[in-house]
Amino acid sequence: MTQTSTPSTRLDTDDFLVVENLTVEFPTPDGPVRAVNDLSYSVGLGQTLGIVGESGSGKSVSSMAVLGLHDMQRTKITGSIRVGGQEIIGLDESGMRKIRGNSAAMIFQDALAALHPFYRVGAQLAEAYVVHHPSASKRDARRKAIEMLDRVGIPQPDKRVDDFPHQFSGGMRQRAMIAMGLINDPSLLIADEPTTALDVTVQAQILDLLQDLQREFNSAVIIITHDLGVVAEMADEVLVMYAGRCVEYGACKELLTHPEMPYTWGLLSSIPDVTADTNARLIPIPGNPPSLLDPPSGCSFHPRCAHTDKVPGALCATTLPELLPGGRGTSHLKRCHLANPDEVFAREVLAEIAPDMVEETSDDRA
Amino acid sequence: MFAYIVKRLLAGLVVVVLISMAVFALFWFGPESPARPVCESKTGGKCTEERLANFEESLGYNNPIYEEYGKYVKGVFVGRELTVGTQKIDCDAPCLGYSFKNNTLVWDDLVKRMPATVSVAAGGAFLYLALGIPIGVAAARRRGSLTDKVLVSTFLVVSSVPYYLFALLAWIYCTLVFEIPVLGSSGYTPFTDNPWKWATGLLLPWLCLGLFGCTQYTRYTRGAMVEALSEDYIRTAKAKGLPASTVVYRHGLRSALVPVVTVFGIDLGVLLAGTIFTEKIFEIQGIGLWGLNAVGAKDLQVVAATALFGAVVMVVSNLLVDLVYSVLDPRVRLS
Repeated sequence: MTQTSTPSTRLDTDDFLVVENLTVEFPTPDGPVRAVNDLSYSVGLGQTLGIVGESGSGKSVSSMAVLGLHDMQRTKITGSIRVGGQEIIGLDESGMRKIRGNSAAMIFQDALAALHPFYRVGAQLAEAYVVHHPSASKRDARRKAIEMLDRVGIPQPDKRVDDFPHQFSGGMRQRAMIAMGLINDPSLLIADEPTTALDVTVQAQILDLLQDLQREFNSAVIIITHDLGVVAEMADEVLVMYAGRCVEYGACKELLTHPEMPYTWGLLSSIPDVTADTNARLIPIPGNPPSLLDPPSGCSFHPRCAHTDKVPGALCATTLPELLPGGRGTSHLKRCHLANPDEVFAREVLAEIAPDMVEETSDDRA
Repeated sequence: MFAYIVKRLLAGLVVVVLISMAVFALFWFGPESPARPVCESKTGGKCTEERLANFEESLGYNNPIYEEYGKYVKGVFVGRELTVGTQKIDCDAPCLGYSFKNNTLVWDDLVKRMPATVSVAAGGAFLYLALGIPIGVAAARRRGSLTDKVLVSTFLVVSSVPYYLFALLAWIYCTLVFEIPVLGSSGYTPFTDNPWKWATGLLLPWLCLGLFGCTQYTRYTRGAMVEALSEDYIRTAKAKGLPASTVVYRHGLRSALVPVVTVFGIDLGVLLAGTIFTEKIFEIQGIGLWGLNAVGAKDLQVVAATALFGAVVMVVSNLLVDLVYSVLDPRVRLS
């Protein structure tokens, strides 16, 4: 992704996927729930954006909006989503269908639930192919399905193509899911927690596979996860979401080494690390994610934030901070009132979670 | 698969045998001698103690129960010779005994009455599905809307009326009050005699059964559909770019049908075993009405035969349900 001309945004409006001021609201009997609030991001071809956040932070909801997968009668979506230059908010169902699974595809977590239990894997892949290639024969579709299963590393694809999903192992199911997502060579692939239901060794294989495929297909990839390890491995850029809003957005390495928002600190502090100093502590973020029915005033994170005392007055509780560049250049955006987040991070957070790294970081800063 | 079917059929046979024993024993040990109704009917109500004793002797009720049950079972498989009063009747296998009331062999009556019951059951069962499934799907797709609420509450009202009342009212209004031409001519004509009359005569019974029974199929289908449509694989199907109808029918309904088919198999069995109310109200000489009359007349052999027939139908339909289930859901393995 290239640098943007306006300092307050990382948006590159020429990117393949451009999301601007996206707001997704669900009316409920208890009042509207704003699951995504004024979210903007962009992903270019060949780039990977990692969207990170807790359950209910709006990360899945926002990406489902990209494919128009919400029930439009129960959802109010405003803002702009452009896929390959085409505006999809307000697009009718048939226009949306041409994009889904074709130029933009999605792979879901828990492939056992996400694949139909009653249809053979090959038939489900072929179905995804045929719907966008109406002239393809059954045999073409089957050949394509076998080819894709082979491509994602399923052994004996010509035999396994006739298996049912329950006859596959967890890792193989996720591979089949990926094969289905990529069967029409999409320019945008959204992976919604693709490794959540898998064990660690399989996770690594799947992530490798996704990276290989991205290189091969040169697609824009969004990877939704709550696992910062996955993000560190996969993403070029990271967007951290909290209570439906973007709270930090920047290049992956920059954001993970110099996070400027206390919520991101909290996420970093709560990852266990096998290679870490045994004195390092695992610090959970106190409290629970806020109810979106009645979000906190000011900064949504302030009730759980340990650093509100460093902000003058009651600013955190009264005023929503804007998403602005912090002290580390215009491409690293954060939504926080803290004036010197980098210092606070090094002094208070890093010292707790990785004491051995404090020295390093200070050198780096000097 | 084959071994499974054989195993299930053997288990079913045990069920049928137990039921036949139970029915046999119920009459044998009843408060009244099973020979009395025969005696009353044969002597025109002048059944003296002496005559009763003669009947008991000739009908074999003085023998031990297991001996008589043995004869009964033997009759089913190889046939037997029956003694009715003074005459001897050859009863070929499968021999289910002799109806003193109708003066016929029970098996012959069963065969004769089966087409009527099958006709009623088939039409009713067809309407269960033909009405219940589409309405259920429609309600599920519009879940929470006014259409859904109207459908659900209407069907709740219909299904809370007792069926015999529902059918009786339908009959009264269609034939006596409004004299609707086609619906008014209910009654059974064999299909082979006149297919048109067969269909028109059964139309009202079919509609009664179908309209009443479809309410529960609407509920099952709606529930199963609502559940299916909220599954992850439906979201996957949408994300592939499939048209809404493909998503709803090929992916949603395909899953929702499994529990519906299970219930349907059992219901079909119940219908085939005799649609008592329907046959009674519309005067259709089927197995249900036959059994009902036999209970009134204390015609032991006929009652035993209808119970046996019902048991066989239920065993077979349960087996069929399980077989169909394994076809519908590839995760089910029969063993």
